[in-house]
Amino acid sequence: MSTYPSPQRHHILSVLVQNKAGVLARVASLFARRGYNIFSLAVAPTEDSQFSRITIVVDVEGTTLEQIVKQLFKLIEVVRISELDPQKSVERELFMATVRTDGENRGQIVELANIFEAKVLAVGVDALTLSLEGSPEKLDDFEELLRGYGIVELQRTGRIALPKLDREAHSRAVKGKAS
Amino acid sequence: MKITGAEALIKALEMESVDVMFGYPGGCILPAYDPLLKSSIRHILVRHEQGAGHMAEGYAHVTGRPGVAMVTSGPAATNLVTPLCDAYMDSIPMVAITGQVSTTAIGTDAFQECDTVGITRSITKHNELVMSAEDLPLAIRQAFHIATTGRPGPVLIDVPKDVLQNSMTWHWPTDEEVQASLPGYHPTTKGHPRMIKEAAKLMLTAERPVLYLGGGVLKSRAAEVVREIAELLNIPVVTTLMARGAFPDSHPLCLGMPGMHGTAAAVTAMQKSDLLIALGARFDDRVTGKVSAFAQEAKIIHVDIDPAEQGKVRRPDVPIVGDCKLVSIEILKALRELLDGGEVQADIAPWRSRCSGWQEQFPLSYEPSAPGAALKPQFCLEQIRDHAPEGTILVSGVGQHQMWSSQYWHFDEPYTWVNSGGLGTMGFSVPAAIGAKVGRPDKTVWAIDGDGCFQMTAQELITASISKIPIKVGILNNSYLGMVRQWQEMFYGERYSEVDLGGGVPDFVKWAEAMGCVGIRVDSPEEVAPAIERANSINDRPVVVDFRVEEFEKVFPMVAAGASNDDIILQPSQNERREYLR
Repeated sequence: MSTYPSPQRHHILSVLVQNKAGVLARVASLFARRGYNIFSLAVAPTEDSQFSRITIVVDVEGTTLEQIVKQLFKLIEVVRISELDPQKSVERELFMATVRTDGENRGQIVELANIFEAKVLAVGVDALTLSLEGSPEKLDDFEELLRGYGIVELQRTGRIALPKLDREAHSRAVKGKAS
Repeated sequence: MKITGAEALIKALEMESVDVMFGYPGGCILPAYDPLLKSSIRHILVRHEQGAGHMAEGYAHVTGRPGVAMVTSGPAATNLVTPLCDAYMDSIPMVAITGQVSTTAIGTDAFQECDTVGITRSITKHNELVMSAEDLPLAIRQAFHIATTGRPGPVLIDVPKDVLQNSMTWHWPTDEEVQASLPGYHPTTKGHPRMIKEAAKLMLTAERPVLYLGGGVLKSRAAEVVREIAELLNIPVVTTLMARGAFPDSHPLCLGMPGMHGTAAAVTAMQKSDLLIALGARFDDRVTGKVSAFAQEAKIIHVDIDPAEQGKVRRPDVPIVGDCKLVSIEILKALRELLDGGEVQADIAPWRSRCSGWQEQFPLSYEPSAPGAALKPQFCLEQIRDHAPEGTILVSGVGQHQMWSSQYWHFDEPYTWVNSGGLGTMGFSVPAAIGAKVGRPDKTVWAIDGDGCFQMTAQELITASISKIPIKVGILNNSYLGMVRQWQEMFYGERYSEVDLGGGVPDFVKWAEAMGCVGIRVDSPEEVAPAIERANSINDRPVVVDFRVEEFEKVFPMVAAGASNDDIILQPSQNERREYLR
């Protein structure tokens, strides 16, 4: 079971905003107001403390995406919007899960964690807390396999992404110069 | 030198050349009202904060300068919500200043606290909670810059009480500092040269072109150059509800208003067109009717300063993001170059004659009232129009009277029409007319209102009386919520539900007099002209004329909601000529 929408409908927007109070609320309420769906969202300051980068995964058809980008760009504090092509970007996400274990299967779970290069963060009497950083697809796989053991709690951060460092132009600037 | 935040606020408004503001004091904004005593700014004390907002809008509509409203926190701020949304929908430049509880009390559910920036986030172009007195001048400069550039709109500045009380060192930010503080705000004003050239070429090859003018033509002050384009190529013109006056109704090329209650000629010309040149218009649902059936054969040139309008409703063939005036100047240049270079415009004479045929066959019309029968609202409007001094500004509320106003007035000058188009705010008329009169005291201002609308904001006539703002109000009183009644008659099998406002109560003449206005009641056709002349002659106080009109009159033509513009419902007496609409 994939947690993420199909590739045609899945778009990653990397939105550079002024690092000011209320900007995230503005972005979020714009999505709500226009009836767009945010799939995941991650936000943190960038290398320049004046700006934050919001990475939004949206699940829409192409035409709506154009409107989302244009409406987002109308927000005064939005400085730049790039749509990252999933084929041409590196994506990462962090995953934490507490899994039930009866003691006997603890070894199996740890083995599974090793295969995925996940970390054991905490060990309880009848549970383990694991973390895994990687591509969202890898996290999907890991989650699916853990499900059989009984996931008590699960938290994913939503993806963050940057353009791949290859020779071609990697990120298609959707905005900047209006067309 | 140290001054208080309140002094800085008022000084900043003066620096922005604010000559008048509309407001209402209260707890949190109190400190700002003290330095106002010594200020050059005229403050109009309203009777309800909604009135302040609509007055600021009316002022902005007719002057092109941003209207300013200042009110306190909590309920005052929420009362400002409707005008802010109205200004946002109609792209009216406006700066609203609201008081807020002290920074230390924010978030504690303090007395008269509300999340003003949260509430107004989606109905302002921008808003900002200012957390330090030092930041006030920049916030005000940004507000005026944002409100008046790009696609204009309302900006709200929320100022906590302690920010007004604290002292600060005055510093007026330079243009460069304002620019640097807004790294994400660079509206595109100049159109793309290649697109402009492409537009000009299309305009020369089109056989059935229509110039579709929206409010952006007025906002960018492009009326003159647009007229030159129309006249150069003899292209028929339609002016939307927001663009009435942008092109003279008396001009032979003018087909009038398109849309739900537009003229049959304007609606049909757009439907049959092979090229729509949309200037500062946004393909609103009230204009397009059913979008999939709208102007199916037309290519689209879309000029708009807001990139988000491009392709929002209809995908343009030639999108041009830019200021309507600057782009129109370039289009005109490109057209002249092409023509000088030997290009020849397609023959549009047959199209012109089809359009004139529609105009002749389907003029706006109504059945005059039979002797002894009730007054017709359209007749009252025609009489007000014919007696109006030159340059009279017409302001309307929302509903049947608004449509009749737009239809039966002859708009020949820009900025003589003020109404609530996008939001459709009942009660807009009286306060907006007051704002318009304050902005243009040299002009006669007539507010046309319905009896329903009037009852929503009439208290502002007290403001008008006391502040000596002599507007004239004509109530087209059918004692019904007329437009809703019309829909119930036509689409709900004449089942009238909650639309009867109970004729006779209130007594509008007494109400007007109680508010310090002259009140005149008109029942019969022969009383109409004398009443209007009397109203026009009174200039020391507001006048309210209560026109008792026919209850069951309907607005025609009409395109039913969601219907195709091809299925326009004509004035009943014109039905037999329907075949001419082909």
